[in-house]
Amino acid sequence: MAKPTIRVRGVSKDFLLPHLRQRTVKGHVLNLFRRSHTIEVQHALRDISFDVARGEFFGIVGRNGSGKSTLLKILAGIYTPTRGDVSVTGKLAPFIELGVGFNPELTGRENVYLNGALLGFSKGEVEAMYGDIVAFAELEESMDQKLKNYSSGMQVRIAFSVATRAKADVLLIDEVLAVGDAAFQRKCFEHFRALKKSKTTIVFVTHDMGAVRQFCDRAILIEESRIVAQGGAEDIATRYTELFTPRPTKEPKEPQAQGKRRGEGAIRYTKVTAPALLGEDGSLTLELEAVAEQAIDEPVYGFVIKSSSGAPVFGASSILKKQPPSSLGTGDRVRLTWSAPNVFSDGLHHVDLTITDRQGLAIYDWWEEAAAFTVVKEEKSPYIVTPDTSLVTEVTPNIHATTVTAPSGTRSYAPGGALTVSWTTGTALTGGRFGVWVRDGAGAYVQYQPVAGPAEASASFTTDLTLDVPAGSGYQAIVAYDPAGGTSWVVASFGTSPGSFTVTGGPAFAQEAPARGLDSRFER
Amino acid sequence: MVQPQKRDLTELIARIGLRYRYPLILLRAMVITDFKLRYQASLLGYLWTLLRPLAVFSILYIVFARFLRLGAGIPYYPVYLLFGIVVWGFFVEATTQGLTALVARADLLRKISFPRYVLVLSVGASVLISFALNMLVMVLFMALLHVPVRLDVLWLPLLFVELVALSISLAFFLSALYVRFRDVNYIWEVSMQAAFYAIPIIYPLTLVPVRYARLLVLNPMAQIVQDARYVLVTPDTVTITQLYGTPWVRAIPVGITLILVAASVVYFRRQSASFAEEA
Repeated sequence: MAKPTIRVRGVSKDFLLPHLRQRTVKGHVLNLFRRSHTIEVQHALRDISFDVARGEFFGIVGRNGSGKSTLLKILAGIYTPTRGDVSVTGKLAPFIELGVGFNPELTGRENVYLNGALLGFSKGEVEAMYGDIVAFAELEESMDQKLKNYSSGMQVRIAFSVATRAKADVLLIDEVLAVGDAAFQRKCFEHFRALKKSKTTIVFVTHDMGAVRQFCDRAILIEESRIVAQGGAEDIATRYTELFTPRPTKEPKEPQAQGKRRGEGAIRYTKVTAPALLGEDGSLTLELEAVAEQAIDEPVYGFVIKSSSGAPVFGASSILKKQPPSSLGTGDRVRLTWSAPNVFSDGLHHVDLTITDRQGLAIYDWWEEAAAFTVVKEEKSPYIVTPDTSLVTEVTPNIHATTVTAPSGTRSYAPGGALTVSWTTGTALTGGRFGVWVRDGAGAYVQYQPVAGPAEASASFTTDLTLDVPAGSGYQAIVAYDPAGGTSWVVASFGTSPGSFTVTGGPAFAQEAPARGLDSRFER
Repeated sequence: MVQPQKRDLTELIARIGLRYRYPLILLRAMVITDFKLRYQASLLGYLWTLLRPLAVFSILYIVFARFLRLGAGIPYYPVYLLFGIVVWGFFVEATTQGLTALVARADLLRKISFPRYVLVLSVGASVLISFALNMLVMVLFMALLHVPVRLDVLWLPLLFVELVALSISLAFFLSALYVRFRDVNYIWEVSMQAAFYAIPIIYPLTLVPVRYARLLVLNPMAQIVQDARYVLVTPDTVTITQLYGTPWVRAIPVGITLILVAASVVYFRRQSASFAEEA
């Protein structure tokens, strides 16, 4: 196997707690006279070991304060590890954050040069790439303004634009994507994709599990200064999400100890088993056992699932499920298995269990919060259920705003003489088919020509029509559109040329009007 | 046999060039930035680099030369005084600004891995440029007052090297110390006030009893100031040679400077690993 680009072995980092560190000479002098030096040590990292292969996109995830940024700084050579060692093969970009060293009093241009120098580019080298940097940041107009007059978004753009120039084998990135608008983030992503293609090794510290899933090949999860999981990006992202979901206490064993419970007790639940955790596509299975203390006539079993706010999500009962009623004798034991798809929203849920008689008058056992389970779903929905929902969006362009221009005035007929018809649509269109008609003064459609829709989105069109109409006046050009590309003009609309034209001479019209029903359907 | 040696040499130069490429680029960018920022909102701008020592000089000249008549008996006393102030000014600027060089750029220390000494050197370089400008004014004054230039002036570059070595090594030492102990700057400020009077800048060394004067000139700054005046302004300046009867006693202040250079390099290197955490 090839030598890993980054090799971390047994790295630990201890910090002396700041309030105990002596920053003044007085403090040090006083310390000399104290017998014992009680120094509290904060273990920011403990025994971290991992490898990153060349060209790998490697994620470091963890909660705030877990030590992941400290680890990145150790990789960057900013901090020295207290124990263990780190080796990095290849050139390391010196940045871990965007816009480091930016000075608000300097202009955008001066900051580009300064930032470039921090990346190791000489003045000449920055000059050569200056145009590209500014163009990428889309800040051509503001480069001679002081940076303090930039919006934070502009600052980030220029910083990122400079940073993308870094020539390095290994990049260390700390939470870049937390900033910038959607368009800028897309640029970042595109840049990352390009880097990934070019086999640059990237170590990426983030909270954004979407980015981890999208880019990282592998990742580690750091929790309380240690690596708690190491593996594929998907698994680590899932583990990270689980960190934020409170785990329910163990399954209830002693019925009396759990929740509020009432009922006369002729029959009681004795055993409740619910899954602790429900994943994305798991299903909920409740395994219950009840024992009859005395003979009971046709008991009804039910349950209600409640969300963490206590709102009932749904419930069911043996009557609703049309279970054949059965009566129990003393000491009879009933086993029930409920199963339901995981439609629940992310978060903690409780289960209430009931046993009543058929009329719901006698309550044998009514056990609130008999069990609890936690649902972990990517989608954080504010609603009480999150069933598998799919969405397909389709946009039908509004082309009612079509305007058509055709020459007006008198036109003398000449074989092969063209009538140029142009039109613009309110929305840019792709594909489909246009129909161009000529209508005579009486309103009859006398000539038709199909025109293929554009291959690339466009809003203005033109076509040449060889006039084939009898002499007359009041002619108009009309355009209609059919997105489906047929001849039904179902959703199409059309525009009419503003002026009319007169044709002198020409053949008698021999063609059938092709646009059946056009008037009634589309004219507005 | 000559061939491989030659190649080794060019290779070595190339390696050194590569190794110091990044520090040099950084140094350059930082010095330029520093100059751009320093006088940004001031009307007179860079002129202040010259105006400030001139103003200090005028005050001291009026107080000490005109009223207290300290300069009696020293030829070209105004130039003598101004030169002392310029040299002293460099020392004070380099050490006091150097002292905060690391802590002031803690943002960079915490975010980028780069050779830490660049921060101190960039401050040193900025101050050195101001010093060069001040020396131009000095030369102007000398021409105005017709101060004769002697061959001794050839020693001046060597003295300036000693001055820079002393100032920058102190700057390295102090900046590293300041990261740990935040009262260093107060201590240094007061020390500079005291040193200004302990070093014969405004008063001629002849006013000091010989016993004390001999002790005083062992201080590298006193030795540099007096030697520099001797070679540039007037041979009537009292230096170590006059006080001890031999020029070799200079080994003591020069030795102190060399020890300071070595000690500051060692201390700075040892501390630099922890700057990011403590600054």
